[in-house]
Amino acid sequence: MKIRRRTFLGIAGLSALAVAEQKILGRVAGQGRNEASPRATGSQTARWAMVIDLRACLEKEGCTDCIAACHKVHNVPDFRNAAHEVKWTWKEPFERAFPGQKSRYAGQALQGGPVLVLCNHCDKPPCVRVCPTKATWKRADGIVMMDWHRCIGCRYCIAACPYGSRSFNWLDPRPQIRDLKADFPTRSKGVVEKCNFCEERLAAGKPPACVEACPERALVFGDLEDPASRVRELLRSRYAIRRKPELGTEPEIYYLV
Amino acid sequence: MRDRGLILGGLALFLGLITFPLWYNLAAGTTAKGPDPKRPVQEKNCVEPVAVMRASHMDLLVDWRDQVVRRSEREFTAFDGRTYSMNLTQTCMKCHTSKEEFCDRCHNYAGVKPYCWDCHIDPKLLERTKG
Repeated sequence: MKIRRRTFLGIAGLSALAVAEQKILGRVAGQGRNEASPRATGSQTARWAMVIDLRACLEKEGCTDCIAACHKVHNVPDFRNAAHEVKWTWKEPFERAFPGQKSRYAGQALQGGPVLVLCNHCDKPPCVRVCPTKATWKRADGIVMMDWHRCIGCRYCIAACPYGSRSFNWLDPRPQIRDLKADFPTRSKGVVEKCNFCEERLAAGKPPACVEACPERALVFGDLEDPASRVRELLRSRYAIRRKPELGTEPEIYYLV
Repeated sequence: MRDRGLILGGLALFLGLITFPLWYNLAAGTTAKGPDPKRPVQEKNCVEPVAVMRASHMDLLVDWRDQVVRRSEREFTAFDGRTYSMNLTQTCMKCHTSKEEFCDRCHNYAGVKPYCWDCHIDPKLLERTKG
C-alpha cells in the first residue's frame, strides 16, 4: 500500500494527540493519588521536643550519665580519636553552644559551663533539605529521622547542620563498641549517624534514654502540641533559649537559663 | 592421518580435564545435594507460608524495614491472623536461632552475601563473644 503525504500527516497527528491525552490523563490521575494518601509518618500527631534545665544540669559536677546512657543503648562507637569521633549527645562550653549569648558580665553563672547538646530536631531541618537520597527526613511528629539503609555517606547533611549534630563513620564502628547491644543495630562504615530522639524507645512507650538517666531530672521530654504537657508548662513559666535561632532552623531543644 | 593417535589421545585428555569438576562432584556425591538449613523445631508456622518465605523472604524483610523505619508501623499481621513485631533480630531470630545454621547455609550455597549483618547483630554471636 502506498502511503500518501496527506494520510501520513493525518496518522502522525492523531498519534501525537493520543499520546498527549494519555500523558495529561496520567498526570491528573497521579495527582489524585498523591492527594489521597498523605501518609502520616508518625505514630501519633505529637510534636516532640526537649527542655533542658541548665542550672539543674550543672548541679552534679562532671556528670555524663545521659551521654553514657544514650551511647550505650544505641551502640555508639568510641574511637578515642577526635578525628574519628562519633557522638549523639555531648557537652559543649556555654559560649560555643550559644555564640550569640556572649556578654561581658551577664550570664556569668553559666559562662564556661558545660551544656548538653544533641540533634535539635529542627522544624526546618537544613540536613533534610540537602540529603540527596531522602535518607534523612522529618517525621510528622517532628523527629528528624535517619534511614541508615539509605545513607550513601555523601556528608552533605554534616555540612548543612549548623549544630555539628551529625557524625560520620570513617571506619567500621563495630570493633569500637565496648558493650554491644543486640536489640539496636550498629552502623556500618561510610554512614552518617545522629540522635534519633530515641524513636525506638518512644514506640515502646518509654522516654528517651538520656531523660531517664538524668539524676537531676534536668531533661524534660514531651509533646509541644499538648498544652498541658510538662514541656509546655516549663516554656510558659520560665525563660528559655534555643541554639542559633537566628538561622531560622527552628530548633526544638529548649534551654532554661 | 599420521598423527591420529596423538590427536585422539589429546582430545580425550582435553575432554577429561574439562569435565573434571563433573566427575569430581559425582565421585564426592555432592552434586544433587541442596543446602540444608536447620528448621526450628518448636514452631511450625512462619509469618508467611513456607513456599512464600522460601521464594521471597528478602522482599518481606525489605518491606518490614520500610514499614518500621519510614512509616513507624511495627506490627505485622500474618496470613493466619497472628500478629508479629516486624523485627529481624527479635522476631525472626527467636525461632531461627542460629544465623550460621539457617541463614548462612542457603546464602553460602546460593553465593549471595546480604549485608543485613553489617549492622544488625546476631544475638548468638553476641553471646559467644561475651563468653
